Amino acid sequence: MSDYNFAYLDEQTKRMIRRAILKGLAIPGYQVPFASREMPMPYGWGTGGVQVSAAVLTPDDRFKVIDQGADDTTNAVSIRSFFERTAGVATTTATTEATVIQTRHRIPEVPLAEGQILVYQVPIPEPLRFLEPRESETRKMHSLEEYGLMHVKLYEDISRHGHIATSYAYPVKVEARYVMDPSPIPKFDNPKLGGCPAIQLFGAGREQRIYALPPYTRVVSLDFEDHPFEATKADHPCGLCGADDSYLDEVIIDDTGGRMFVCSDTDYCETRQAAGHRGKDAA
Amino acid sequence: MYVAVKGGERAIQNAHAWLAEERRGDTSVAGLSVAQIREQLSLAVNRVMAEGSLYDLDLAALAIKQARGDLIEAIFLIRAYRTTLPRFGASAPVETAKMACDRRISATFKDLPGGQVLGPTFDYTHRLLDFKLAADGETPAAAQREADPAPVPHVTAFLNREGLIEDAPHDDTPPPDLTREPLEMPADRALRLQALARADEGFTLSMAYSTQRGYARNHAFVGELRIGTVAVEMDIPELGFTVEIGEITLTECETVNQFKGSKTEPPQFTRGYGLVFGQTERKAISMALVDRALRWEELGEDNVGAPAQDAEFVLYHADNIQATGFLEHIKLPHYVDFQSELELVRKLRREVETSQHQEAAE
Repeated sequence: MSDYNFAYLDEQTKRMIRRAILKGLAIPGYQVPFASREMPMPYGWGTGGVQVSAAVLTPDDRFKVIDQGADDTTNAVSIRSFFERTAGVATTTATTEATVIQTRHRIPEVPLAEGQILVYQVPIPEPLRFLEPRESETRKMHSLEEYGLMHVKLYEDISRHGHIATSYAYPVKVEARYVMDPSPIPKFDNPKLGGCPAIQLFGAGREQRIYALPPYTRVVSLDFEDHPFEATKADHPCGLCGADDSYLDEVIIDDTGGRMFVCSDTDYCETRQAAGHRGKDAA
Repeated sequence: MYVAVKGGERAIQNAHAWLAEERRGDTSVAGLSVAQIREQLSLAVNRVMAEGSLYDLDLAALAIKQARGDLIEAIFLIRAYRTTLPRFGASAPVETAKMACDRRISATFKDLPGGQVLGPTFDYTHRLLDFKLAADGETPAAAQREADPAPVPHVTAFLNREGLIEDAPHDDTPPPDLTREPLEMPADRALRLQALARADEGFTLSMAYSTQRGYARNHAFVGELRIGTVAVEMDIPELGFTVEIGEITLTECETVNQFKGSKTEPPQFTRGYGLVFGQTERKAISMALVDRALRWEELGEDNVGAPAQDAEFVLYHADNIQATGFLEHIKLPHYVDFQSELELVRKLRREVETSQHQEAAE
């Protein structure tokens, strides 16, 4: 792939994306329009994240890609090998060793550190989209800080189900100003968004938006005083490493209803197993 | 015993190897050359160039071959290649009034300067399968005649001379570039036309069809449809003058539409416009109808709530590369989100059961 520039995109395009990223960091939670490019993978498969990663990667970086928390799901494998080929950067599966982590749908269990960048792939960046389909309207609502509709929606959930019936892509308020979609992470991960020492960048390719959370940003999940936000997960320990503090995937193991729960973050699980932790289903 | 899934990388490689084999098909059948696709599947090549926004017959033919004939996949290949190309500059606007027409028809006038030229069209063919083609029958040569050197002026120009159609004033404002700036609403007409020119043919056709069936009906007549080649000229700053850098085939459609007139303006026809790479007349006509429907606001018409009048709806959903990517992404793993939904539904169900038990006990 030597015909292509470092990390695929040409320098002018990277410059344009970096400007959008800087603007996003200056106005946390604000969706910055950017001229998203066609990438050699389809829209909806992480082109926003890929473009953000391409714009921030340097030859010295160590790159990690996860999808659903795992390094070895097909799309994570594909994006990792894309940057191995086009940027020649070192890759890793260890959260603590990575300088840039591109993720789909999860925040790693191990707390991130200063100097790290977490790049989210975002399908629908607009938290108000399913309440108001028109972009011209939602942009107006953000500029006027008109978020009543969102609170009404959450309230209607409570009156109908007794709970806020949003379990992922749970909306947050950033620095008491913008309501932001944290991408479809489970709400279990929401508390990790705020006060995070790492830079968090969000890229939506098809929707042509970039937004960002600079380190140590205040991020609050929307809730009500009498219905406080609650981060939930399956009420089990991990079957392989025994962790009781990690987000779990449910795995069907037979056709008679047998199932087990395992860490969705494969690096976290493997690190714990290597340190001698064992769950009840471990071999 | 469950072991965390490994080996995604090898599975992908093997899947791609299998794909390559399936693409080739039975090796006892001769392989298709890119030149064969370029010459014999030329309308597919044209569509890929138009929606891929890249005028290159050979690359489009290669993309069709690589995509196993899946045209949206081929368009995707072209788009992804296109993004990597450097941009040297912009050409001067092409002069479609000077087009060397292969086809030029008007549905509004029986005869007109430049004449009606049917050209290579499927119109009036009987759609009967030609089994001679299956038997590799050779095609007899078509009759030839010298091209008429007389100019072929635009039909709308005649109408404009009488003031019967709205004026399309000359405007030198550089149009926005959809591929270099994010699409933002409201979109002006130049931007809308740009988006429609690369929009999915099927989507554009259905939107146009919906206007014909009464969803923002605008009574379109095909004032003119022309297909042919135009010269592409570019101003070279180092030379200080404009040079022709090549020629391209275009399809242009101008529709003549209703307009009632208002207190200040006498009754006048209005315009819809379509311009597409290659011989792509279904797309060009569709584009003109949708363009006209989207102009309701500037023409002071009512918004009747029709989909084709809704610029956000049309422009945000017309691109098949965006649409297919997002649609197909739902094949990707969603374990994490599904798991959180599972937890929520179980919790809600438990609570309903508990309250039912309590009610029964009471």
